[in-house]
Amino acid sequence: MASKRYATVDKRICVACGACENICPLGAIKVHKGCFAKVAQDKCVGCGKCEKVCPANSITMESRVNI
Amino acid sequence: MRKGLPGKQYYNGKQGEHMKTKKKHWYDYLWIWSIVYFALGFFNILFAWLGMVDFLLPLILAAFGGNKFFCNHLCGRGQLYCKLGGDLKCSRNKPTPKWMASKWFRYGFLIFFLAMFGNMVFQTYLVASGSENLREAIKLFWTFRIPWGWTYSGSIFPDWVAQFSFGFYSLMLTSLLIGLIVMIFFKPRTWCAFCPMGTMTQAICKLRNRKAISDK
Ligand code: SF4
Ligand code: SF4
Ligand code: SF4
Repeated sequence: MASKRYATVDKRICVACGACENICPLGAIKVHKGCFAKVAQDKCVGCGKCEKVCPANSITMESRVNI
Repeated sequence: MRKGLPGKQYYNGKQGEHMKTKKKHWYDYLWIWSIVYFALGFFNILFAWLGMVDFLLPLILAAFGGNKFFCNHLCGRGQLYCKLGGDLKCSRNKPTPKWMASKWFRYGFLIFFLAMFGNMVFQTYLVASGSENLREAIKLFWTFRIPWGWTYSGSIFPDWVAQFSFGFYSLMLTSLLIGLIVMIFFKPRTWCAFCPMGTMTQAICKLRNRKAISDK
C-alpha cells in the first residue's frame, strides 16, 4: 500500500550533495547525473528523513492525491 | 541513520527486498581520512599536498564521468559533518538560511574561493621566483596568521613546495572550520550547500548532461 506522503525535490535549488540518498532507508531518492536528486515515488514511504538532512531545503513532503 | 534499525520500522515485511540494512562500502569510512589529513598537517606540512586528491578527483569524476560520485559517496568531509552533526548530535538541525543555499551566494563564494586559491598559487610563485621568503605559518579565515613552523624544517624540495603546503593547508582548515560552524548552527551538511567543490562539480555535470536533463 502506498504511503500517505512522499518526497519531492525542487531541482532548481537542489545542490546534488547526496545527503538524502545516503540517509534514505529505501533507496528511493538518488542524485541524477550529478544535477539534482530524483525521487522514485513508488518506493518512497514518506518518512521525511531526507527532508530533515537536506542542506538546501529543496525537499518538500507532499500528500499523495489518489492514495 | 539517526537511530534504531534503519529500514525496518517503515516496512511490515511485504516488500522483503527493503528489509535489509544498507550495505557498507569501503568508502563509507572516508571520514577517517578527513581527520587523518588534518592530523598529518600538525606533524609535517608537506602532507598538505595529499589534499590535492580531494581537489582533483571530484573535478575528474565530474568532467569525465558526468556525476557527483565524489560528493555523494567519497567525500570524507561530508561524511565527517554527517557523523558529528547527525550521529553525535552536534548540530541544531535547523534549516539552512535560504540565502546561504541560493545561487548567487554559492557562485559568489565559489568565485571568492577561487580568487583565494589563485592568490595562494601566486604566493607560491613569488617564493619560487625568490622575491619572497617562505613563511612558515598558516592563515585562518584569510586573516589570522598562526605560526606553524614546527611542521617544517627543510626538505629535499625547494621552498615553494612548502609555501604551497602552508597555503593549501590554510585553505583546507579554514573551509573545514566554516563547515563546522554552519554545521553547529544549521544542518550537519549545510557546508555542502555552498561548498565550492560541490558547486563546481554540479555546474560541470549540468553542463555535460544538459541534453539529458532538459526534457524533464
Ligand atoms: S539532500 Fe537536498 S540538496 Fe542534497 S541532493 Fe538531496 S535534495 Fe539535493
Ligand atoms: S521520505 Fe523517506 S523514503 Fe521517501 S525518499 Fe525521503 S528518506 Fe526516502
Ligand atoms: S559539497 Fe563539498 S563537502 Fe559536500 S560532499 Fe561535496 S565536496 Fe564534500
